[in-house]
Amino acid sequence: MTDVYIVGIGIHPFGRTANRSGLAQGEFAIRAALEDAGLRWSDMQFAFGGSDAAGNADTLVTQLGQTTLPFVNVLNGCATGGAALFGGSGAIRCGDADLGVVVGFDKHPRGAFDPMPQDWGLPAWYGEVGLMVTTQFFAMKLRRYMDLHGITSMTLARVAEKAFANGARAPHAWRREPLDLDAILNAPMVNDPLTKYMFCSPGEGGVALILASARKARELGRTQVRVTAVSMRTRPTGSFEVFAPSLDLERGESATAVASRAAFETAGIGPRDIDLAQLQDTESGAEIMHMAENGFCADGEQEQWLAEGRTRLDGALPINTDGGCLACGEPIGASGLRQVYENVVQLRGTGGARQVPGPLRNAYSHVYGAPGVSAAVILQC
Amino acid sequence: MPVAPNLFVTEPRLRLLGGRHRSSGRIVFPLPDDAAYERIELPPRGVLWSYTIQRIAPKSPPYRGGAFLPFAVGYVELPGALIVESRLTEVAFERLRVGMPMELTTMNVGDDSVGARQSYAFRPAPAAGTAA
Repeated sequence: MTDVYIVGIGIHPFGRTANRSGLAQGEFAIRAALEDAGLRWSDMQFAFGGSDAAGNADTLVTQLGQTTLPFVNVLNGCATGGAALFGGSGAIRCGDADLGVVVGFDKHPRGAFDPMPQDWGLPAWYGEVGLMVTTQFFAMKLRRYMDLHGITSMTLARVAEKAFANGARAPHAWRREPLDLDAILNAPMVNDPLTKYMFCSPGEGGVALILASARKARELGRTQVRVTAVSMRTRPTGSFEVFAPSLDLERGESATAVASRAAFETAGIGPRDIDLAQLQDTESGAEIMHMAENGFCADGEQEQWLAEGRTRLDGALPINTDGGCLACGEPIGASGLRQVYENVVQLRGTGGARQVPGPLRNAYSHVYGAPGVSAAVILQC
Repeated sequence: MPVAPNLFVTEPRLRLLGGRHRSSGRIVFPLPDDAAYERIELPPRGVLWSYTIQRIAPKSPPYRGGAFLPFAVGYVELPGALIVESRLTEVAFERLRVGMPMELTTMNVGDDSVGARQSYAFRPAPAAGTAA
């Protein structure tokens, strides 16, 4: 089994780009990643990629070249990027290939995501009475967590404030303006306790990574960033997920907790060894809960962590250093790979105004998607 | 008219209908259209497990629309059975607390403009042990 290295990265700016399709943003990201690696499309031995709503990734061969490479389309909600990396790194690790690309992209209109009960195996009444609303799930998971573990609304606001401050320093981010705590706390409530600025918005963007075997990475002189773990897990019994008319009394853990443990076990390190992390922040509370679900702190400690600024760029464990989904928006297919892109930038030391002070060795990323799939990736330099 | 058949009964008393798996004993809601589940009546009282306020009108469809006013939704833990998701009614939003006693009732969703339907809901109940 060979190690996997990331030898090239490319991103199409997140946000809104008129007159450029999601597919074109994916193509843009792949060309940027190839250029970064000093490689050509014809060097690629495989591709894994996908979008949730912007078309079939494999049709990109029309623009990039019909080299006959295997191109696997991936569709795993917000975890699509993590799933693509899971597939691509597996192809290299098992020795089938030593150079390939993973890509994720999307393009959602304003106010996208209007799920229908029948597409989720639910009866029509569930939607008719007003329960078919994704944001309710996030708010209710968070409300209970806040009550059980003493998390305040101020802490939710601190997460959003940090996101916009970091986004202002990240060229690929969508929201580039800092926002103060008052503006975040006093914004209109969407689903209590979450205000408008505590939720990410559907957006656009594309990201591509070039993966290589150890032998190929050495040949290219690109052995700086190694993938030490990629884990992907679906929901265990008793996890709390979106669109659940009922829950078992006996509660269980989340897909995130299981994926995280598996990643740390594979990498042979623990949460304390991580120097920076990108965690799924669909809303402010998700980042808070995912800090604990990924093992970085105990339940409730986030209140003190945020008050002390421990997750800011200059803190002990910087989290979502490019502003995460809150500042970059959520193009579902692209977000998971954006996190890995950001970690590579940071490990290379090319983060510019948002660079985390070094030395940096281990970087962690985590995605979570409906209805309960999670992927965790650990990079080392 | 109820929003769906086999969701709840009103006679001889209001009860939500669930299903108990005939071999595993697992209780689910709503009642599945599946012979593996036995139809049961769920406990009418429990405690609030979590909640939120829907401040923006849900997309319609699937929401049964009509004039929109913010509404509360939550999960209610029914002892010995399961935790059920529901609209919450007859409560001031600021009074909602995790752990507060709740009881089953009904409410109308939609209005004359789209046709009102009767749904189940939960409302605050007197604390356990006191007369209802």
